[in-house]
Amino acid sequence: MNILIALATGALFTGGLYMMMRRSLVRVLVGILLLGNAINLTIFAAGRLVAFTPPIIAPGQSRPPDGVADPLTQALILTAIVISFGITAFAVALVRQTYSQTGTDDLDLLRCTDVPCPPEPDWEEPQEGNS
Amino acid sequence: MVGLLFSGLAATLIAPFIVRLPVRRAAWLPGIFPAAIFAYLLFSLPAMHTSRERIASLAWVPSLEVDLTFRLDGLGFLFSLLIALIGLLVVLYASDYLQGHPQLGRFYAALMLFMTAMLGVVWSDHLLGLFVFWELTSISSYLLIGFNHEEESSRKAALQALLVTGGGGLALLAGLVLLGLSGGTFALSTLNLRGEVLRASPAYPLAVGLILLGALTKSAQFPFHFWLPGAMAAPTPVSAYLHSATMVKAGVYLLARLNPALGGTPLWNTLLVCFGLITLAGGAFLALSQHDLKRLLAYTTVGALGGMVFLLGIGTPLAVKAALTFLLAHALYKGALFLVAGGIDHATHTRDIRSLSGLARAMPWTASGALLAGASMFGLPPTFGFVAKELLYESTLAHPAAGWLILFVFLAMIGMGLVSAWVAIRPFLGPLSFHHAHENSWLLWGPPLLLGSLGILAGWQATAVGELLIQPAATAILGEAQKVKLSLWHGITPYFLLSLATMALAAMAYLWSKPVQKSIERFFAHLAPLGPERGYRRAMNGLIHLANFQTNLWQNGYLRVYILFIILTTLALATGALLFNAQGLHLPAFTPPRFYEVLLIGIILAGVGAVVRTTSRLATIALLGTVGLSISLIYLLYSAPDLAIVQFAVETLTVILFVLVIYRLPKFTRIQGQPARWFDLFVALAGGTLMTLLVLLVTSETFVSLVSPYFNASSLPLAKGRNVVNVILVDFRGFDTLGEITVLSLAAIGVFALLRLVSQDRKKP
Repeated sequence: MNILIALATGALFTGGLYMMMRRSLVRVLVGILLLGNAINLTIFAAGRLVAFTPPIIAPGQSRPPDGVADPLTQALILTAIVISFGITAFAVALVRQTYSQTGTDDLDLLRCTDVPCPPEPDWEEPQEGNS
Repeated sequence: MVGLLFSGLAATLIAPFIVRLPVRRAAWLPGIFPAAIFAYLLFSLPAMHTSRERIASLAWVPSLEVDLTFRLDGLGFLFSLLIALIGLLVVLYASDYLQGHPQLGRFYAALMLFMTAMLGVVWSDHLLGLFVFWELTSISSYLLIGFNHEEESSRKAALQALLVTGGGGLALLAGLVLLGLSGGTFALSTLNLRGEVLRASPAYPLAVGLILLGALTKSAQFPFHFWLPGAMAAPTPVSAYLHSATMVKAGVYLLARLNPALGGTPLWNTLLVCFGLITLAGGAFLALSQHDLKRLLAYTTVGALGGMVFLLGIGTPLAVKAALTFLLAHALYKGALFLVAGGIDHATHTRDIRSLSGLARAMPWTASGALLAGASMFGLPPTFGFVAKELLYESTLAHPAAGWLILFVFLAMIGMGLVSAWVAIRPFLGPLSFHHAHENSWLLWGPPLLLGSLGILAGWQATAVGELLIQPAATAILGEAQKVKLSLWHGITPYFLLSLATMALAAMAYLWSKPVQKSIERFFAHLAPLGPERGYRRAMNGLIHLANFQTNLWQNGYLRVYILFIILTTLALATGALLFNAQGLHLPAFTPPRFYEVLLIGIILAGVGAVVRTTSRLATIALLGTVGLSISLIYLLYSAPDLAIVQFAVETLTVILFVLVIYRLPKFTRIQGQPARWFDLFVALAGGTLMTLLVLLVTSETFVSLVSPYFNASSLPLAKGRNVVNVILVDFRGFDTLGEITVLSLAAIGVFALLRLVSQDRKKP
């Protein structure tokens, strides 16, 4: 199962990083969401995968059973999930506002909304593709 | 001593307020501080004479064994005396010179700061303490040069001075640290006893080079001399105080102070003699091409500082004595002449010697002050300047290479003599050029007259001055007891004849002032393009170009390029670290996965793949939800029910959020072309592979947690909770959760504000 989780993490990272390098602002937002999930899963795996033994103390016991899943990583991830939700909500509102104000979500065009555009660098030709 | 320094800092803080007090002559009140130092010094004079030192210490950074130790010995005493005496006179002088200036408070604050810092430099016994005060003098000098901050030239001159001296300061710091490490201590007094060890250590040449860089920039030695004439943008009292009498001598002080530790080697002597001699001759001749009173004085100051460095480079007891005598004489006459220049400027609003004449009738007191100080600078007996010049010639003649050296020194002294006549005599003779000119208040002519008279008095009482001031200082520099006997008259000696020749030639040159000045001006006009100031300007322009270039390269405004750089850097670093510490990847024992595990992972992989490809907004949201819910199921399967619940709730909320605004969002189009997408995919894939490998590597190690057992064991007894995760969140790490709630509230406020902005926009049209 470790290998499968590692694969899923890798896939989420690949997707997240790829989407974050897009020129379209909404796709960058999707990238951030994927990356958040990828990181949570990485921390989860680092706390080791333990099946069916949650860190809960049964009635009559004073401590959880041996070989219990690590509670600390879970607490960390729980915080991370909630925070990423806050970021997502804010980012969605921001993207929506940006779009309604500027009428574009092309990051290359957004560069010049409050300063004059510097000349285009040579390394990439801006292209209108729609495949 | 510590108390005096602290009261200096206090004076800095309160100076802006007390000079505004509705008292007559409120601007005199800051003068209490230098007067107190002066009193303290007079009180310590008997101790100096018997070579006893005053020591005070204050723990500063005990964990690093850095103590602020202060030590007052003969050398420090001579400097402190100049700081206090000229400081007091400058405070009085400035109270009239800058009367009614709106920024008077700021001026006095910077002046008090400088005084404190300069005292700290000459009192510090700890190398780092010395460095801190050293830099403080640079900073207060910056503030004072840029005092007329509304003029661009002032700001530029201030910045130039700061960059040159501050740059030298950095080299000095490195040199001092090197010195401290190779000597095994940062205490100056101990280091000065370990000269043998220091000079033999392999770090010696480097340490000497760095320390010299610091000292030479501070004392405006060639090729760093150009900042000092620029510093004349400061108000004249500042030029008199910082840029001739005290601060610029800090470099000379440092060289003298470190002489027992570092001096006496061929490297040290050769470097100092060379730099000093070039600066001495160069400064004197550059001065001859100037017309502005202050710039004339500034260039001769450069020359005089060169002379002191040169004498310290010769290093014989006689030369050290000569250096100290010259230093004292120079501080007295140059400080006075600067104050005279300020007085002339104040009365006539010009400083150009070509248009000034006949002022002696209008300003008799200023003229007499100028005459006395000028006589000392010219080297007429019985002034102290004469004693200093004789000693300078005597020590040069005793040097093995005297033939060449004496020629330079002789020419430089003629140049200085000529300048002294230009500054002290020329503006006062001939027909009166400014009919509105009138004598200033006594505050403007008193201080220079006093300093000039002191120069005569010191010459007349040369023996007493030598015994009281020069002897303890020479003892400190040479590290062994010295007997100093100064006298005005030595009989007919070679150096007396040289001195006479100097005076005769300078007087002759004065009679032909015009042709001399014209030809020297023409000579330097040819030389100007080669000057180091041009190099400074080029370096500054180059720096700005470099900054622009690299800002455009890294901060180019393309988010994806930033992210690309981040990914590539992380990849390179992580791969490097893995390769260097590779211990082989031993995979965990392979257990055949259950079918629902394969199914979940399959859904995630397919979901990610589809999200990347789709351009439909609705599909993207649905796919993101699918991926998120599958992850929540993974949490559930692997013993994290709380995570599963939260993830489930958050995913649901996210989907709702997207659906609410979906038609206000732009279309999820692709903008970039095929090659860019393939390249990005390749980079992203490399990043993903690295993370897969890392997860595998981490999970193949045995798991050791240091904190979790504590949480597991104390959850019930201490926090009365059975769900350990929840107990951590609300109890053990309760403050983290508080922070998290704060973040969420801020995000909520942000979202609310953004949405309101939209609705207001819509209402407008």
